[in-house]
Amino acid sequence: MGDDEEVKVFGMWASPYSRRVELALKLKGIPYEYIEEDLSNKSALLIKHNPVHQKIPVLVHNGKSIPESLVILEYIDETWRNNPILLSQDPYDRAMARFWAKFIDEKILSTTRKVSFTTGKEQEHAIEEVTEQLKLLENEVKGKAYFGGEGIGYVDIVANFLVFWFGNLQEALGINIFSQHKFPFIFEWIQKQLKIDMVDESRIPKDKHLTYIRTRLAAFKSASK
Amino acid sequence: MAEEVVLLDFWPSPFGMRSRIALAEKGIKYEHKEEDLRNKSALLLQMNPVHKKIPVLIHNGKPVCESLIQVQYIDEVWHDKAPLLPSDPYQKATARFWADYVDKKIYEVGGRVWKTKGEKQATAKKELIETLKLLEKELGDKPYFGGESLGYVDVAFIPFYSWFYALEKCGNFSIEAECPKLIAWAKRCMQKESVAKSLPDQQKVYDFILEMKKHFGIE
Repeated sequence: MGDDEEVKVFGMWASPYSRRVELALKLKGIPYEYIEEDLSNKSALLIKHNPVHQKIPVLVHNGKSIPESLVILEYIDETWRNNPILLSQDPYDRAMARFWAKFIDEKILSTTRKVSFTTGKEQEHAIEEVTEQLKLLENEVKGKAYFGGEGIGYVDIVANFLVFWFGNLQEALGINIFSQHKFPFIFEWIQKQLKIDMVDESRIPKDKHLTYIRTRLAAFKSASK
Repeated sequence: MAEEVVLLDFWPSPFGMRSRIALAEKGIKYEHKEEDLRNKSALLLQMNPVHKKIPVLIHNGKPVCESLIQVQYIDEVWHDKAPLLPSDPYQKATARFWADYVDKKIYEVGGRVWKTKGEKQATAKKELIETLKLLEKELGDKPYFGGESLGYVDVAFIPFYSWFYALEKCGNFSIEAECPKLIAWAKRCMQKESVAKSLPDQQKVYDFILEMKKHFGIE
């Protein structure tokens, strides 16, 4: 990579989508400028770089904007071909990796939002749903050191939300869906992930995160009264 | 090794149509298996245990699920003919972004157009037109989203054209009046054999929607 490469990430410290992009760049050793966005007051630059969704994360590489975290991850892997290679060259393995990444985003993280923002029977139902979804992921990592191949890859990065973010969320919510007892293989995978410097370094500050989640939940509750 | 390709499908599914088009573009012979979604086959449940949905592409016995994942798989395996994704990483990312946009918006918003009435339907129609106009803007003056030839976004999006007539009838509006360039693009795509062969007749889709409405008790 040359000296004239300019990489920027518009992100938000508590967002698992934002964190996964930073993790990929860190793992590949790509220097970048990080711009923290206040989601209640989005910057003109963010809106310029992601006019369609106006969301974080956005990667800007030499002035070219790429939104959507999964699109960004593939772009990073295709642009910077050094180790770790995130996606296999084999089309079937790639299809499986994309399948599980999509499952994590469209099912697990989506249901997790329901768990956070509903109460009573609706929340109970969402908790059951996400537990079933996590079981499928547990089955996928069973007997493997990583979701992909011989080292950290695309699905491990997408599943990074399980390493810090999900545990903090359930603590703030006062629930216990996700435990070593119920998900021994995912927990084993987490231990291996924590041994990777860049993963450990991308730890979300726990107290700050708990406070943030509690504030958001309280705001949501009072807004929905 | 003789290639064995099977597609588990359901004729009105825009998602199934995507894989049909991709396979046709690449000239791949495959076995098309029509599923009855009220009575899913053991093969479907075995090949897509997580979602139990069509389409499922089975290549030499191994299943690939999710239509856009299938299209990328088809493009990567049979890479020497009719490339659907560009080779430049930024252009690829742009194509993936817009295919993802189609995925997030069209089916859900379109669904609300035929499933609702009154205010809810009016809102859905407005949203649909806004979505289509944004796609029309992205198309610009290009003959296809992929440029000079059919590409990933074209394959992702064109199946929904087969639903336009049904949506127009249900919502009592004209998509062509609002998005003439988009309809011109759609007709251009329909000139291609791979697309024309893969999309069902629009009247047939409308009849199907009417049956669904009856079934769900929607007037």
